Amino acid sequence: MNRINKKIQESKKILSIYFTAGYPKTDDTVNIIQNLEKSGVDMIEIGLPFSDPLADGPTIQASSTQALKNGMTTEVLFKQLKDIRESVNIPLIIMGYFNPILQYGVEAFCKKCEEIGIDGLIIPDLPVDVYNEKYKATFEKHGLINVFLITPQTSVERIRFIDSISNGFIYMVSSASVTGSQSGFGDEQTNYFKRIADMNLKNPQIIGFGISDNKTFLQATQFSKGAIIGSAFIKHLTKEGVTKINSFVKSILK
Amino acid sequence: MTYNINEKGYYGEFGGAYIPEMLYPNVEELRENYLKIMAEPEFQKEFNQLLKDYVGRPSPLYFAKRLSEKFNTKIYLKREDLNHTGAHKINNTIGQILMAKRLGKHRIIAETGAGQHGVATATVCALMGLECIVYMGEIDIARQAPNVARMKMLGATVVPALSGSRTLKDATNEAIRDWINNPVDTHYIIGSVVGPHPYPDMVARFQAVVSEEIQWQLQEHEGKTKPDYVVACVGGGSNAAGAYYHFLEDTNIKLIAVEAAGKGIHSGESAATSVLGKEGIIHGSKTLLMQTPDGQITEPYSISAGLDYPGVGPMHAHLYKSGRAQFISITDDQAMKAGLELCQLEGIIPAIESSHALAVFEQKTFLPEDVVVLSLSGRGDKDLETYINYFNL
Repeated sequence: MNRINKKIQESKKILSIYFTAGYPKTDDTVNIIQNLEKSGVDMIEIGLPFSDPLADGPTIQASSTQALKNGMTTEVLFKQLKDIRESVNIPLIIMGYFNPILQYGVEAFCKKCEEIGIDGLIIPDLPVDVYNEKYKATFEKHGLINVFLITPQTSVERIRFIDSISNGFIYMVSSASVTGSQSGFGDEQTNYFKRIADMNLKNPQIIGFGISDNKTFLQATQFSKGAIIGSAFIKHLTKEGVTKINSFVKSILK
Repeated sequence: MTYNINEKGYYGEFGGAYIPEMLYPNVEELRENYLKIMAEPEFQKEFNQLLKDYVGRPSPLYFAKRLSEKFNTKIYLKREDLNHTGAHKINNTIGQILMAKRLGKHRIIAETGAGQHGVATATVCALMGLECIVYMGEIDIARQAPNVARMKMLGATVVPALSGSRTLKDATNEAIRDWINNPVDTHYIIGSVVGPHPYPDMVARFQAVVSEEIQWQLQEHEGKTKPDYVVACVGGGSNAAGAYYHFLEDTNIKLIAVEAAGKGIHSGESAATSVLGKEGIIHGSKTLLMQTPDGQITEPYSISAGLDYPGVGPMHAHLYKSGRAQFISITDDQAMKAGLELCQLEGIIPAIESSHALAVFEQKTFLPEDVVVLSLSGRGDKDLETYINYFNL
């Protein structure tokens, strides 16, 4: 069974952390992953940096630009992750934009992910219909879960459709925004969280965008299976480097 | 084979809508409605009226006698430079502002490189009394001060794009991010035949007025509606799309697309996407784009700000790949020389973008009886400083 599915079956709420591979330093990738797992994180999204990350706010953009300057590439990332399953057991997801994956070759990329022990992919600009038509079989052949997004604007019919083709969890974007642009949740978001929870979807939802601390983590997970933190963790890395990951995670889970 | 878009939003294998889910409702709303709205008689009436009374259409199809003599062929210039705001860009912004109003949007965003599309957007927003926010790379803001001032005078807010290389592609990224953050009340007026479906098709249809006019104007001049060649410069490709539109399916009419080779195709400072580009995804569209082997989008260069886009519209990627259009690359030097030549032979100062198209006559020989229509997409006022520096005027 895929590690994501196994993790979802546990009764606890899930904390997933995103970081950009190659940031702050090219060789921090493995160290960050190991420390996140040791600190009690349930799942990790490894960001494959892209020159033009459309769905991301300034924090993740800047980390991507820096990572590319540091020399991070798809090839380098795969080399760094080669032996990651000797030390890390939690689900690992690669999050990246479609063009670098397309250039690597979708089949070759998926094959490499399987060899390494990657459990899923999040590709925000790969549309659902293109995935279904052209790439679904390849992903499944290599045991990869493709995670789809929904937003407050996604129609009920489309949510039902996305739920029907998902396996694992649905990435629920908390509000109409790019990453890192929210501070705290208001009634609007809470109502949206409740509305989706009441739909009793087959897949659990994990909420991302706008979660930065213990308070927003608890708010988000009140109505969902888990929450994803990205920009706030990148900011922490920028300030503290890779040495105090434990204290960041503890501040979320306190 | 067809050279138009298919029902799935592709030109051959190029196009589509490679967008994050956050943009899906906006783009889907447009996709479901754009053809319906454009077909409404009231829409057509208002669009055509504005093109006539406000833009000053039809733009003349001018037989360039001295230029024709020099190159021993028949050259007609389609004078988009005479449009209000000085380029073909306004055809599209008029169409899209009417579209935005019918979709009930009251906030308009746009991206701009040199500022031409930004000015054309600010103009129609002023005309319609709609809020206008233009994203422009920080570096471009510094190099294009007069257009920034124009946009401000027209009431637009100009927001610097501070990410990435701080030029057109980053301004486009910022506009897309704005649209993600404002999904309900905002319409994004893209300036070229780029972006996710239905933008390339919608913009091409708004620009199609150019080739529609060429047909009847050529009938008056030559007694036939079909030229032998249509020549246009291609950055994203909107003026070319407009000039080609009604001739796409008639393969007796040869299409020539002129790209900017910058300082030379392999100099590392070029924008010749057909030569240097590879298939990939940029700004929501599958097309040809300049990128590293690792799939990172690279920064193009051309002396002409309107041509330094790292991709081309999917229509042009298809025209290239299918061989329907011939692609020619013109360097900065060749373009500047051709621009000056037009000034001195015809008394017309062209935009440097259009000068690239004009340089084709030095590169390719036409027959004396060939009728060559060239899209003179813009006027050179905006480029005066570049001309001054280049020629030490």
